[in-house]
Amino acid sequence: MKYEAVIGLEIHCELKTKTKIFCGCETGFGGDQNTHVCPVCLGLPGVLPTINKRVVEFGIKAGLATNCTINKFSKFDRKNYYYPDLPKNWQTSQYDLPIAEHGWVDIDVEGEKKRVRLTRIHMEEDAGKLVHSGNTIKDSASSNVDYNRTGVPLLEIVSEPDMHTAEEARTYMEKIKAIMEYIDVSNCRMEEGNLRADVNVSIRPVGSKELGTRTEMKNINSFKSLVDAIDYEIDRQTEVLEDGGHIVQETRTWDPNRGITLSMRSKEDAHDYRYMPEPDLPPIVTTDEQIEAYRKELPELPDARRERLEKEYGLSDYDAGVITASRPMAEYFDEVVAGGADAKLAANWIMGELAKHLNAENKTIVDSPVEPARLAAMIQMITKGTISSKIAKTVFEEMWTSKDAPEEIVKAKGLVQITDTKAIEEIVDKVIADNPKPVEDYKGGNKKAIGALVGQVMKQSKGKANPQMVNQLLAQKLG
Amino acid sequence: MTLWNKPAHELHDLLVKKEISATELTQDVLARMDAVEGKVKAFLTITKEQALEQAKAVDEKIAAGENISFLAGIPGAVKDNICTKGVRTTCASKILENFVPPYDASVVTKLQKEFPVLVGKANLDEFAMGGSTENSGFYPTHNPWNTECVPGGSSGGSAAAVASGSAIFALGSDTGGSIRQPASFCGVVGMKPTYGRVSRYGLVAYASSLDQIGPITRDVTDCANVLNVIAGHDDMDSTSSFAEVPDYTKSLVQDVKGLKIGLPKEYFVDGMDQDVEKAVRNAIEQLKSLGAEIVEVSLPHTKYAISTYYLIAPAEAATNLERYDGISYGERIDGADVVELMTNTRSKLFGEEVKRRIMIGNYALSAGYYDAYYLKALKVRTLIQKDYTDAFEKVDVIAAPTAPTPAYKIGEMISDPLKMYLQDICTVPLNLAGLPGISVPCGYSQKHMPIGLQLIGKPLDEATLIRTAYTYEQSQSFHKEMAELGGAEA
Amino acid sequence: MKVTKEDIQNVAGLSRLAIPDTETDVYIAQLGGFLEYVENLKEIDTEGVAPTTYALPMQNVFREDVVKPSLDREAALSNAPMKEDGYFKVPRVLEE
Repeated sequence: MKYEAVIGLEIHCELKTKTKIFCGCETGFGGDQNTHVCPVCLGLPGVLPTINKRVVEFGIKAGLATNCTINKFSKFDRKNYYYPDLPKNWQTSQYDLPIAEHGWVDIDVEGEKKRVRLTRIHMEEDAGKLVHSGNTIKDSASSNVDYNRTGVPLLEIVSEPDMHTAEEARTYMEKIKAIMEYIDVSNCRMEEGNLRADVNVSIRPVGSKELGTRTEMKNINSFKSLVDAIDYEIDRQTEVLEDGGHIVQETRTWDPNRGITLSMRSKEDAHDYRYMPEPDLPPIVTTDEQIEAYRKELPELPDARRERLEKEYGLSDYDAGVITASRPMAEYFDEVVAGGADAKLAANWIMGELAKHLNAENKTIVDSPVEPARLAAMIQMITKGTISSKIAKTVFEEMWTSKDAPEEIVKAKGLVQITDTKAIEEIVDKVIADNPKPVEDYKGGNKKAIGALVGQVMKQSKGKANPQMVNQLLAQKLG
Repeated sequence: MTLWNKPAHELHDLLVKKEISATELTQDVLARMDAVEGKVKAFLTITKEQALEQAKAVDEKIAAGENISFLAGIPGAVKDNICTKGVRTTCASKILENFVPPYDASVVTKLQKEFPVLVGKANLDEFAMGGSTENSGFYPTHNPWNTECVPGGSSGGSAAAVASGSAIFALGSDTGGSIRQPASFCGVVGMKPTYGRVSRYGLVAYASSLDQIGPITRDVTDCANVLNVIAGHDDMDSTSSFAEVPDYTKSLVQDVKGLKIGLPKEYFVDGMDQDVEKAVRNAIEQLKSLGAEIVEVSLPHTKYAISTYYLIAPAEAATNLERYDGISYGERIDGADVVELMTNTRSKLFGEEVKRRIMIGNYALSAGYYDAYYLKALKVRTLIQKDYTDAFEKVDVIAAPTAPTPAYKIGEMISDPLKMYLQDICTVPLNLAGLPGISVPCGYSQKHMPIGLQLIGKPLDEATLIRTAYTYEQSQSFHKEMAELGGAEA
Repeated sequence: MKVTKEDIQNVAGLSRLAIPDTETDVYIAQLGGFLEYVENLKEIDTEGVAPTTYALPMQNVFREDVVKPSLDREAALSNAPMKEDGYFKVPRVLEE
């Protein structure tokens, strides 16, 4: 039988507020253990929460940016469960009236547009961190608790089970990441846990409408883990069903080192969270005017920006998609173009040389040693014919390690393109004289043989000869 | 001069006139405490040294010619579910036996600005759950009028301290009557302000949507003065009202002419003590003779108030008390793993009544029962509120008994939890509706146990309550009598 | 509504309370008696009645996103039953 996977994601997105969601402690990543804590986030007897205004603003903006309806009456609830990283033994979250509901985002998978619906976005507090004495939680005789992260604001973005492949899930999560970056509500640094997902996977026979039993994998914190875990889980479930077994509804953990998912504990003791309205926090009431005001504050979002790049600059759908997938890259692109560079060349250079260099050194575009202004100046030199694309690569290498302007590099290294017909002609003549074989081939009808001759001219000119002129002169002289 | 038996306003005058010093006053109250505390057991922690230091500081201010505020140098007690930085705050629970808060409750911060003398932390029913202070995890408090009787609860320690002279004023908390009922049982004045009038930040939560801090004092004048200090919005409590706080001492006028006082028939319940009914009806007659108009009103959902309260309060309590798990503060009883540790800690260190309410609360919130119990109770709460809204269209104040009986014997009721719950019938409706209420002494039973008249006000209208209570109080002399520490043990 | 032994054990679990078998009957009787009493709420028609969660009609009470000082770590850990290297220490944690 052929099976189809059904995948839903609950993405937890840490918000970039200065303070925690319910108290004035700072949210900064790092910091010595238990130094960003106060009576409120420690859940001491007698304390009361207060809502960080910014969290509500971010929640509404995230809802608007993902086509959600904003609930004009929203409230917080207590989600009760006992865990030592949760000082009150309940998580202040939202239950039946989340800040935003019923949204969607479009994703592109293998050239096809697909819509993923969002069930809801709600605001909640993060829990603290357990540090285990052993290698894993299970072989630790004791654990240490750090409450710095307790109360850091989160948005939980819940999708409908609208995805069917790991690739779709990854693309969806990248899209959510892009949107959250664009609207500037989160740093989205996955390595710091700013963005992590609980993934629900089930499979069903192709054509079936009924959902299969699902398993949940918690706290997936990289795109690679997301893809690997889903692929593994689809295979595992398929195998179980093909062997005549049945899927157990359970939480599984993804072990990235071994590349497998492992059963944590089946839900024999199913959680009864006993949600109740949080009596210490008055409800959040939002008017149409406020919602519209927030909408006006939203920047251009990835989809709109992509469309604009295609229309305004004639970029291909693919290139525009890559450039706009992250706000910093899109902004970098805009700056390069604003600096006078040709847009298509700018896209090529950003996606090519720049991306290659960044990846090699594990840098993000924000930390790029080549600033948009210098790249723009260099691209202009290509357009003007001052340097060839090939020389430009040498110039780019120089710019990567120095602070020098491309003009200075070209000048200092004597990399200016030779456009003097006479100078090129001299080299061409010499090459024709020194290479009778390809000359003969060419004359004999093998037009491709000219390539070897062009190569020789370029080599002898140290790459500085204008390739178009070289071609032209060679063709002329060889008749 | 005997000082412990005087109300704060008289003592303030003596301090201002320099007829007494704050140290003298504090020593007198501490001496009284030494004499009676063995029988009354109103306190869980006594802070003598701190009190004498605070008194000395006030004396220095007076000597320096500074004007002193009303509560400066006046010995007071704070219920032990209100956090005091550096001073143990136990909630009368074994689970917090050695808990020392690193912060002050907002009311304590407000009090401290007035330089009172804080003599100690008053006993209560564990986590404020109870109406007799017998549920204290440490020891019961005794009624100063008859030490064989309960002082009421849960603020029994606060009321007994004020009634016995080991404090001049006290702060209590009231979730279902826990200020008013012990005030009634101990013959003192107790007010539960409107929900939100006083910050709850630092009040250890029992039922968050019902809890409110308020004063317990010798008379209405002191009540108005203490309320002036503690009322008002607090940024740390999102549910605290932004409404402006009037100067309540301006309401200390004897004038009820034309005031419409509602008399709800539902409050004079079957099985009500005859002495109570008589005393309360006499008080209402007295108010009438002072010029008030008495109007019959109906609060038809009153009979559902106990069910509603005892579903909502335990549900909120069940979650509020989840934090006592032996992990990051409080006492811990070890276990092989965290679940066992939490279970051991909670099972062995919570008292029976606390466990009972946690069980009721979690039952009402658990899957399958939420709608039938908890949600239903929240809806009936709306109807109870509406009863009052309707009644207050016709009247300015509602008068009723504070409790259906005077103080009963220690041990008499404790074995029957439901019977205990039913005693709260006159007080819980106000908490459900968020309304202010005050209990003022209005007479005695045949056994000379005090009886309280409860006055109920419109939301945020504590001023009218104070005016009515003051007018009544000044027309008789019950508030001038101090407890005699009678009873077999005395 | 009849309260069963299973109900008591389930709610005890949710409450992180151990109710020994010897006390189960007491809880069954007390909780049963209580639930019988609150049955009177069923007499009331609450169709269309909104639940009251908040005693006062308040809304939109917010705090500005401005950092306030945290506690000293020593104060934060001052009531800890067990601590180690600036952490709160707990015994073995089994997965949720």
